[in-house]
Amino acid sequence: MIIETIIFYLFAVVTVAAGVMVIGSRNPVHSVLFLILAFFNSSGLFVLMGAEFLAMILVIVYVGAVAVLFLFVVMMLNVNSAELRAGFLHYLPIGGIIGIVLMAELILVMATGAADMEMPQMVSAPIPPAHEVTNTEAIGNLLYTRYAYLFQASGFILLIAMVGAIVLTFRRREGVQRQRIVDQVARDPKKAVTLKDITPGEGGSWKSD
Amino acid sequence: MEIGLTHYLTVAAILFTLGVFGIFLNRKNVIIILMAIELMLLAVNINLVAFSTYLGDMVGQIFAMLVLTVAAAEAAIGLAILVVYFRNRGTIAVEDVNVMKG
Amino acid sequence: MALYILPVFLPLIGAIIAGLFGRVLGARNSQIVSVTLMGASAVLAVILFHNVIVDGDVRQVQIFEWISSGAFDVNWAIRVDELTAVMMFVVTIVSFLVHVYSIGYMSHDPHIPRFFAYLSLFTFFMLTLITSDNFLQLFFGWEGVGLASYLLIGFWYKRPAANAAAIKAFVVNRVGDFGFALGILAIFLSFNSVSYDVVFAAAPDMAGTDFTFLGHSFDTLTVICILLFVGAMGKSAQFMLHTWLPDAMEGPTPVSALIHAATMVTAGVFMVARCSPLFEYAPIALAVVTFIGATTAIFAATIALTQNDIKRVIAYSTCSQLGYMFFACGVSAYSAGIFHLTTHAFFKALLFLGSGAVIHAMSDEQDMRKMGGIWRAIPLTYAMMWIGSLALAGVPFFSGFFSKDIILESAFAANTGLGMYAYWAGLVAAVLTALYSWRLIILTFHGKPRADEKVMAHVHEAPPSMTIPLIVLAIGAIVIGYLLMPMVGGETDFWGNSILVLHEHPALHDAHHVAFWVKALPTVAAVVGIAAAYYFFMIRPDLPARIAARFRPLYLFSYNKWYFDELYQVVFIRPAKYLGYGLWKQGDGGVIDGIGPDGMANAAMNIARRAARMQSGYLYHYAFAMLLGLAGVVTWFLFVRT
Repeated sequence: MIIETIIFYLFAVVTVAAGVMVIGSRNPVHSVLFLILAFFNSSGLFVLMGAEFLAMILVIVYVGAVAVLFLFVVMMLNVNSAELRAGFLHYLPIGGIIGIVLMAELILVMATGAADMEMPQMVSAPIPPAHEVTNTEAIGNLLYTRYAYLFQASGFILLIAMVGAIVLTFRRREGVQRQRIVDQVARDPKKAVTLKDITPGEGGSWKSD
Repeated sequence: MEIGLTHYLTVAAILFTLGVFGIFLNRKNVIIILMAIELMLLAVNINLVAFSTYLGDMVGQIFAMLVLTVAAAEAAIGLAILVVYFRNRGTIAVEDVNVMKG
Repeated sequence: MALYILPVFLPLIGAIIAGLFGRVLGARNSQIVSVTLMGASAVLAVILFHNVIVDGDVRQVQIFEWISSGAFDVNWAIRVDELTAVMMFVVTIVSFLVHVYSIGYMSHDPHIPRFFAYLSLFTFFMLTLITSDNFLQLFFGWEGVGLASYLLIGFWYKRPAANAAAIKAFVVNRVGDFGFALGILAIFLSFNSVSYDVVFAAAPDMAGTDFTFLGHSFDTLTVICILLFVGAMGKSAQFMLHTWLPDAMEGPTPVSALIHAATMVTAGVFMVARCSPLFEYAPIALAVVTFIGATTAIFAATIALTQNDIKRVIAYSTCSQLGYMFFACGVSAYSAGIFHLTTHAFFKALLFLGSGAVIHAMSDEQDMRKMGGIWRAIPLTYAMMWIGSLALAGVPFFSGFFSKDIILESAFAANTGLGMYAYWAGLVAAVLTALYSWRLIILTFHGKPRADEKVMAHVHEAPPSMTIPLIVLAIGAIVIGYLLMPMVGGETDFWGNSILVLHEHPALHDAHHVAFWVKALPTVAAVVGIAAAYYFFMIRPDLPARIAARFRPLYLFSYNKWYFDELYQVVFIRPAKYLGYGLWKQGDGGVIDGIGPDGMANAAMNIARRAARMQSGYLYHYAFAMLLGLAGVVTWFLFVRT
């Protein structure tokens, strides 16, 4: 148990520290890297909780896709290391107090037992024992049967996101010749080529008559 | 001591609050806001999985997966918007983003 | 029954037809309709006169119940007694003659149907006033003639002077009508009814009573009668409410003849005579009436002396003669007042219509300084003006002689201080009357022509439609006085119960027994006036100008109408204008608009502007707001809900 405790605290502390640095770092590239660190460590937390499939997915999707995307954009936009603008400290007291109040309340909900934990009756899909079914298989069993529509819908969302991203950033350049496939295909072969009879030694005009 | 539900929820709460701070405390650029949103979604995921574990209910993890999907999609679109905005305005400093002033 | 209703309503029908359908019917037909109906009304009025005066058939005909509200009960009824019959006789005949005259006078006017409609409408209102059986109906007719006067004075509405004059007439009338309305309210308050029968029967009992107002107590009947008389002052252009009458000459001449000589302005005298049962018990009110009447008589005569517009001279003459009628009523010689009203209607209408013929002949010139030397060219008109002036001056055997003499004799016989004042004022006014009347005739018809050749070449006699009414009126001006002498006869019962004279007021009765010199003086005064006019304007025409130059302040005082218009301008009009302007700009504009529409609009805009500042456009402001909301909700869930 002690191992578990130590590992938990390790992961937790690093996650929180990384989170702080994400918003407090001057260099945006550093911010992204700290974000990646936070993701990795929370993935560790997930493994600790027994949701290993989700943990791996977190690494693949969040770190491998989302964070890399962030990095691309940061590099592309060529954002300078911005100095701390005036006004940051102006909001810090009020915002800080309210934020801390919020955090305290969120913790207090659990700690004081203000929310009633009538847990066992509300289980709708019980976790099968880990020695019989792996986590991945358990998720698969549930996802493709009871939540199939949601699964399809999330596929749609991803499709829309892809299309949307392209539509938003697509730019047509002026003066660039592009292929017009329709015109190309619709061309009549009979008119495409003409045979000109030219006597040798005399030139010919390239103009079609 | 025994690591209970409360611990995980505490971590999630702190991460969530950090994300919220990141939204309105930052003055640097808009990308930080998007990253703060990712932090908040991460906190929510931790919350969901923690409950799933301690209630013994698989549904929490399913839902966490869906949240993950949505987060990825939203990050993509958000960045696309940001790129177009930068193209048009030339800056992504937060204080310059005030065209919608009432 | 129809005999009593028709004379009143026939002119109304004529007015409606000519007024609403005038454009459809055309000018000629409108004239035919209204003149015919008016003539029918006049014939019926003569028949009524015969019935009432000769046969003594006095009646009340109820038409319908008008208002019935608690103690306030008013019926629309026609009351025909001797007083009504005499007035109807005068009004309908003069109105009919004016209608006929207008056919010729207004022949070139583009708005003939409207004119005839207004004339008939006026006649209807006047007849309603005369035949009323209660004070409310009287007030209806009273206001109606004021309205008709406004419409007719401003008939040529494209002239700004006419519009201003019409408004002035209406407003000054209104001041009088305000007093009149207060009087009617006081009557209702004291007698609990406005019907003549009830009020007149209860008058003797009210004689000594008081009522309190604002902590002071006043004699009831005195207050009532003075208030009613204020109305008469406005309507009949007496001493302080006279300013509208000269300006009313902006209207066409037939209007001046009908309204401002014969009928509307006499409504005040009629009202005082009708209310004699009330006035007899209010000696203070009678004194006021006498004083105002006598003062008006002399004051108007002094002004008429210097006026240059032919119609204005006659207008002030009317004002002066009305003063005579009022002081006659003031010394309780009501019948003498009505008698003079009757004769005056004829000869004053004659003078006005005659002056209309002169104006018509002189191509619409009204200034006497530009006339002269036309008596050979228009002999008929000349003769008519002579007859009218002789009657006005009170030369023996013309009708004015009989009526004016009996008035002055009554004033003398009243044996009161005010009566004496009235007698001597009336005498001086008689001299002045003759003086300015012959000044008018001489300046207009005699001497060298002062108009240019074009106008002189055009001088011609009026068409028959204008001269025949003149002739009829002239006949009336000569014989009416003699014929209607029984009105003021010593012991006749001409008036029956329509006029009440108490035994304590024997002025009329004693008038027949005064000394000879009292009876002779008015005639002497007339002769003196005529001789003086002849001297000043025929023999020594340069004298008037030299006297005017010598006594310039007096001349100006008379010429500028005793500066009443200027006085009223300073005392009433300008303060009222500033008050109105101030209330408009600061009151309505500043306070009410400021709090109401403008204030609301500004408040809405301010609040909206302040609310709009919440939309800063900055994302972190919005996120902060969201955070606040979130914190609030969580707190509420945690601590408020269990």
